[in-house]
Amino acid sequence: MRRIPWTLLVFAAAFAIPWLGSRFYTFIATDVAILALFALSLNLLLGYTGLVSFGHAAYFGIGAYTSAIFMKTLGLPFWLGFPAAGVAAGLFALVFGCFCVRLTKIYFAMLTLAFAQIVWAICFKWNAVTGGEQGMPNVPYPDLDWIGAIPGLDGFRVGDRFYFLTLVLVALAIVALRRIVHSPFGRVLAVIRENPERAEFIGIDVRRYQLAAFAVAGVFAGLAGALFGIFNRGVFPDFAYWTKSAEVLIMTILGGMGHFWGPAVGAAALTILNLQITAYTQYWPLILGTILIVLLFAFPGGLVGTSVDLFRRVRRGRDAGRP
Amino acid sequence: MLDVRDLKKSFAGFLAVSDVSFSLPPRAVMAIIGPNGAGKSTLFNLITGHIVPTAGQVLHKGADITGAAPHRICRRGIGRSFQHTNIFPRLTVFECIQAAYIAHHRRGTDFWGRADRLYRDETMALLERLGLADKADELAGALSHGNQKQIELGIALASDPDILLLDEPTAGMSASETRETIQLLRAIAEERGLTLLFTEHDMEVVFQVAERIGVLHQGRLIAEGPPADIRADAEVRRVYLGGH
Repeated sequence: MRRIPWTLLVFAAAFAIPWLGSRFYTFIATDVAILALFALSLNLLLGYTGLVSFGHAAYFGIGAYTSAIFMKTLGLPFWLGFPAAGVAAGLFALVFGCFCVRLTKIYFAMLTLAFAQIVWAICFKWNAVTGGEQGMPNVPYPDLDWIGAIPGLDGFRVGDRFYFLTLVLVALAIVALRRIVHSPFGRVLAVIRENPERAEFIGIDVRRYQLAAFAVAGVFAGLAGALFGIFNRGVFPDFAYWTKSAEVLIMTILGGMGHFWGPAVGAAALTILNLQITAYTQYWPLILGTILIVLLFAFPGGLVGTSVDLFRRVRRGRDAGRP
Repeated sequence: MLDVRDLKKSFAGFLAVSDVSFSLPPRAVMAIIGPNGAGKSTLFNLITGHIVPTAGQVLHKGADITGAAPHRICRRGIGRSFQHTNIFPRLTVFECIQAAYIAHHRRGTDFWGRADRLYRDETMALLERLGLADKADELAGALSHGNQKQIELGIALASDPDILLLDEPTAGMSASETRETIQLLRAIAEERGLTLLFTEHDMEVVFQVAERIGVLHQGRLIAEGPPADIRADAEVRRVYLGGH
């Protein structure tokens, strides 16, 4: 039996969403796509390198501000602003990472948080560049007319067109991330996650690789941030606030950090749950807390980890039952 | 091949290793013995750069490697296995060894290629040699203690070392596993022309395998020489060998 090309099916289904004709569905799908990339970028650290970052939102925020400054303040096109967001976030991650990888475990996590709070404070106070507390509202949409010119894609609203663009860019970024985790570099990261002490003694400069992973994760978080700023029609200091870092951490763990697609599923689950539940009650944080507790005790592998385990067990059970 | 000169390490005033000197010619097989806490593991950690010595020198092929970073020392051709099994538990046996090849050939900077295609033949050949070929696709952490020790040896060998430091390579093994492991080690050392430095608690193995034996006691090397001399040494008998 041939394997089912799940990723292609999911991409095709996601691409078809604007045809449902609902502004709301397109809105949610854009949100999920961007946050999925953000969560997947964190998982390069969490699930693949074994580094717990409490300050990943810093790079999301830096990316968002960079592209907003490029597009709004400088009036440059999206095709410059978008890659610039990745480069800027990656450079900041490289600099901050230099300090962070000198520490281990909880001290590493605390330092990532400290740098993220510094980024947030600068965004919050530097009125001339970041707009301070007010942020940068009205970040312009990129030129999307060319999407309308593609046969079959004409007649869609601007939000739908931006969704097409987002989906394709996110998909490309995810393909790149997937390639990276399966590369020799990715294998070295896995070795470091499993046993940093032993990794050193097969000739690996552990800190340098951790730093590289930190920078790469920063690049992808920055790209996600750039898209989110446009989607959100504005960039605000809370993009880099610690609650945002916590949110992406929760998505990653909810979906399962042991599996490549786990964080993306977590991003979708958390976003949709949030929307559903806030429609009924204002006690969303209470429900979120309860879900997390159940998850941590009952499904330590996250949604995807638990499903994969269950699927394997069912299949093995079926195979064992055969004569 | 390896020269240790007046090596000393004190932890907050406590002398864990003091004034240890010895030298290993190429292809030598030397054992370090001594009671628990004598400083054997500390001595290994000093040689491999995991601990920086307070004083003294470590020379590898004439070059000073004292206090260099572990990954640099490893790249020079010093391989090591650890006393407590030290593998990559959630990788498969195959991936553990393959990763060591990737690291040794410095392919880790390639972030666009495909890891699973690299060094397949080398990895399989080494697994065959270690008798682990049938377990290649199992998770390393799920195997028996003896198998994990073999994986560790494989990880060390993949870096193509010229010296192998083995900290209690048979710890926790049954008598028959110990015998097999020692035979395998000797055969591989012979094939590859390796220099071996190992610690071991099983005196039978030590006196059977080692060409030279160093005896550590309270951080000092109180005796060093061929097995016959060590057996005859009065002080060694008094502090360590006892009834043996």
